[in-house]
Amino acid sequence: MKRRKPGFLQLSSWLGFAFLYAPIISLIVYSFNASKLVTVWGGFSLKWYSALLDNEQIIDAAIVSLKVAVISASLAVVLGTLAGFCLSRFGRFRGRMALSGMITAPLVMPEVITGLSLLLLFVALEGSFGWPAGRGITTVIIAHVTFCMAYVAVVVQSRLATLDESLEEAAMDLGAKPWTLFFLVTLPLISPALISGWLLSFTLSLDDLVIASFVSGPGNSTLPMVIFSKVRLGVTPEINALATLMILVVAVSVLGATWQLRRQSRSVRSNA
Amino acid sequence: MNRRTSAFIPAATGAVSGLWRQALHGLSARLQPGKTLVASIPTFWLALFFLIPFVVVFKISLAEPAIAVPPYTALFEWDADLALASLQLNLGNYLFLFEDSLYLEAYLNSIKVAAISTFITLLLAYPMAYMIARSSPSNRVILLSLVILPFWTSFLLRVYAWMGFLKKNGVVNELLLSMGLIDEPLIMLQTDFAIYIGIIYTYLPFMVLPLYSTLEKLDISLLEAAEDLGCKPMQRFFLVTLPLSLPGMLAGCLLVFIPALGEYVIPALLGGSDTLMIGRVLWDEFFLNRDWPRASAVAILMLLFLVMPIMLLRNAQGRREERT
Repeated sequence: MKRRKPGFLQLSSWLGFAFLYAPIISLIVYSFNASKLVTVWGGFSLKWYSALLDNEQIIDAAIVSLKVAVISASLAVVLGTLAGFCLSRFGRFRGRMALSGMITAPLVMPEVITGLSLLLLFVALEGSFGWPAGRGITTVIIAHVTFCMAYVAVVVQSRLATLDESLEEAAMDLGAKPWTLFFLVTLPLISPALISGWLLSFTLSLDDLVIASFVSGPGNSTLPMVIFSKVRLGVTPEINALATLMILVVAVSVLGATWQLRRQSRSVRSNA
Repeated sequence: MNRRTSAFIPAATGAVSGLWRQALHGLSARLQPGKTLVASIPTFWLALFFLIPFVVVFKISLAEPAIAVPPYTALFEWDADLALASLQLNLGNYLFLFEDSLYLEAYLNSIKVAAISTFITLLLAYPMAYMIARSSPSNRVILLSLVILPFWTSFLLRVYAWMGFLKKNGVVNELLLSMGLIDEPLIMLQTDFAIYIGIIYTYLPFMVLPLYSTLEKLDISLLEAAEDLGCKPMQRFFLVTLPLSLPGMLAGCLLVFIPALGEYVIPALLGGSDTLMIGRVLWDEFFLNRDWPRASAVAILMLLFLVMPIMLLRNAQGRREERT
């Protein structure tokens, strides 16, 4: 096919890629612009980066966001792995319907609804039991764990589906108890899924604006909330600098993780 | 799907296709109570933080707004004189949503915007997915990571990048002006056009990935057979490739359509103040008007009329896939 219609197909694909990358590239370029007017090139400058580092509001919010993202990604991996494992390896058990229905629902729920419903739950809980007292990092973490564990469960399930079950069966034949089997055989085998599930949860948590806006309390603004309030007022070069840094970190870690996973899957294959 | 990349695109592909392809075998039948215990941990978490909240939303949608903390009235009131508990239900929030045409317009407009942008995303994503599926394996990995990479960078910042692109003295206008194609800058930011661009841009990877995974699996010999039987390239595409890629198209369309429906950030940043979308109406009702009961009523109707039909459709699709 390629030899028949190279023109149209390739042209439209490259157009698609240009569409994906042009705004990101312009962000990076203008983060080094000396002029405050975003479109006028005033020469190369790093001043927006130093302005960014001096901006305490952004730094504080970044620390809050990183804390929330690390904790909720870790919790989401634990709960999501449990859910994914139960659903793909337990066969029929009591409560299976409930779990399988609830685990995918967060994936299709509009963020505004998830955010509103969790906030109202927290308010109701606080009114009845006195917990959680006020809203802050804890409530944001609970909210993020809830929607991230759904993604982790899906990743873990798809990994378990492609896994060679004879390895687990062999371990059972050799007398491994269920817990030994899980920790010594299944868990190492699905570790790539755990890593990508963690990274996915980390990114989703770091990126979430809508849900965090509902459930976070005063003084605990996450980075997206601060960015959103600044960006609403217009384009600011400082945010360009921040975006460039974030894109850099993401690009490096995604490339690193891909490389790591490739190496791992290669060694798994050669060991098997 | 390629094994190396499959770990990175679970949200896109795993979520819709082949979800409940689970084997019906247990580790051991003896472990039933232990299993239930292990399974109860995630089940309990989801019940508490995902299911019960909807009950609370429903309850508050029947309350009346009040100037208090929290800003709504209680449904149950204890009357000390009569020693009776009274239940006060207020359907006014729902009635209001049907009376004021603003809400209906917002629902319809959300559906319109989501449908149009899903369609354009499909048109743009199809050639990309097709080209990736037909390129050499080593190129495939690179092109696929190029599609996935933006998905890992901040969504908010990518939408923000379009503000710099589309504004009056933004990159696009400067480019067109310097090329002499236009005489004065186009107004693009804060229009519906900008919302479409934002949604298509954000969700393009979600469409490319499922399309790619069905196109990659497509049996080339079918195309060769069609060619031998005298099909022209165009006919072959519309009679063979397109019908066979329908599952991927449907999966991709759902992945774009669903989040686009409830979108808040894109219309808030790129759209004008007069653009009505239901996610934004709910947000404003809650944060600007501080009318929690009415925001709850909007959420409940959204659940009933937008989310439930989509979930039913998805389940039906999942079951059909399981059968084939």
